[in-house]
Amino acid sequence: MNGRPVFAGLDIKIPRGKITAVMGPSGTGKTTLLRLITGQVLADSGAIEVAGENLRALSRANLYVLRRKMGMLFQNGALLTDLSVFENVAFPLREHTNLTERLIRQLVLTKLQAVGLRGAAELMPAELSGGMSRRVALARAIVMDPELLIYDEPFVGLDPISLGVILRLIRRLNDTLGITSIVVSHDVSEISTVADQVFLISGGKVVAGGTPQELKSNPTEIVKQFIGGLADGPVPFHFPAPDYFDELLSRKEAL
Amino acid sequence: MFKELWESFTDALEGLGSVVHFLFRLVVNSPRALLRFDLISQQIFNSGAFSLVIIMLSGLFVGMVLGLQGFQLLQRFGSEEALGTAATIGLVKELGPVVTALLFAGRAGTALASELGLMRATDQISAMEMMAVDPIQRVVVPRFLGGVISMPLLAAIFSVIGIYGAQLIGVQIMGVDSGSFWSQMRAAVSLSDVSEGIVKSLVFGIACSLIAVYQGYYAAPTAEGVGRATTRTVVTSAVVILFLDYLITAAFL
Repeated sequence: MNGRPVFAGLDIKIPRGKITAVMGPSGTGKTTLLRLITGQVLADSGAIEVAGENLRALSRANLYVLRRKMGMLFQNGALLTDLSVFENVAFPLREHTNLTERLIRQLVLTKLQAVGLRGAAELMPAELSGGMSRRVALARAIVMDPELLIYDEPFVGLDPISLGVILRLIRRLNDTLGITSIVVSHDVSEISTVADQVFLISGGKVVAGGTPQELKSNPTEIVKQFIGGLADGPVPFHFPAPDYFDELLSRKEAL
Repeated sequence: MFKELWESFTDALEGLGSVVHFLFRLVVNSPRALLRFDLISQQIFNSGAFSLVIIMLSGLFVGMVLGLQGFQLLQRFGSEEALGTAATIGLVKELGPVVTALLFAGRAGTALASELGLMRATDQISAMEMMAVDPIQRVVVPRFLGGVISMPLLAAIFSVIGIYGAQLIGVQIMGVDSGSFWSQMRAAVSLSDVSEGIVKSLVFGIACSLIAVYQGYYAAPTAEGVGRATTRTVVTSAVVILFLDYLITAAFL
């Protein structure tokens, strides 16, 4: 990106049917990783395989076919603002299937019931709280019964109750539907409670991986800093700058 | 300095190329979008019906001004009866399509650009791509076609109301003979005058809608980016409309 590699030597295997968390300091390219997995951006080198298909080799049409097996929850929900909650969830069905109105209604209401928002079906996205829109987006993401569900920072800006609801939904959807889940987040404590496997990314590669427990007992400096939330460490507190002392003493004009 | 000039020239060419490429994608996707006419008619309603009031009011006032000034001018030569012809030709060939297009760019074009820009900024476009729905096909083409269809209709309404406005001032107030106002108009205005107006409004409709959806679709996903996209829509549309107006006028001579 802009001539600077975001990832170098990154090697991740995401097991089917499990919840995999990808953690890392802000700006390490977690969202870029998701965009790579979903084929929204193509890697300059290296290969990304999803469900046995190499993304780079896929035509646009085949990529769209593959994407029907994926669901993605965006940071802010990304609901279509000109459609009601019901129509938002029905959107993928209307675009991809020829189901009857009655069947669509049943499917949509089932999914809305699963996220606890069947009563909000007629509301518009602008009338929803942040947590509610993310739940609607989740219902929309699962309405086509995907095999892979991707969550981009699902906990950002949520109150503790909504956060608990989303956490429980992630776990429950995974258990009941057997969906492979990838959760990108930097909420260490929240993610440890649901993830089967955690990868910590920093500086363009995986610095630690394993179960949440293994990660907690990992002795590496960067892992300790991240898990413990320490301000300074391998990830520096200061943005790179010349030495402050030298700069104060130098006769250079102040910036 | 020479290098900068050359760079801005190549940038402009690049921009033009990407607009043409975008238009090509829209045209390729149009036949399939036409199958779902409900989406297009929704956009005709959004772009067309919501622009009706401003178009009708402006048409009335422009017509009234034409009636007043035309009367003053023609009176000097003692040929007030030609007012109907003068006003109609002015409106149908020139003012109708041009003013409508300028108003359309300000009213519907900005709405289109900011809507698409905000959809981009709030990840709605990415969300559609993730749901394996082509946003060009589902969102952009219906808006484009809605604009293309609305523009000639709006221009026609503008011209009709403008002629009525000219008649209101010329005949009702200034006392031009009603019979000669209408009969001279019918005798002097030919089909080629009307078709020139139709061609203009069609071309302006394509240009305005294309500029609006292009600016909106490629807006930077920030508040500033959306603002800039709307401004650019109006400015670019205005310049392009007037330039195309000259070209088409010359072509019809």
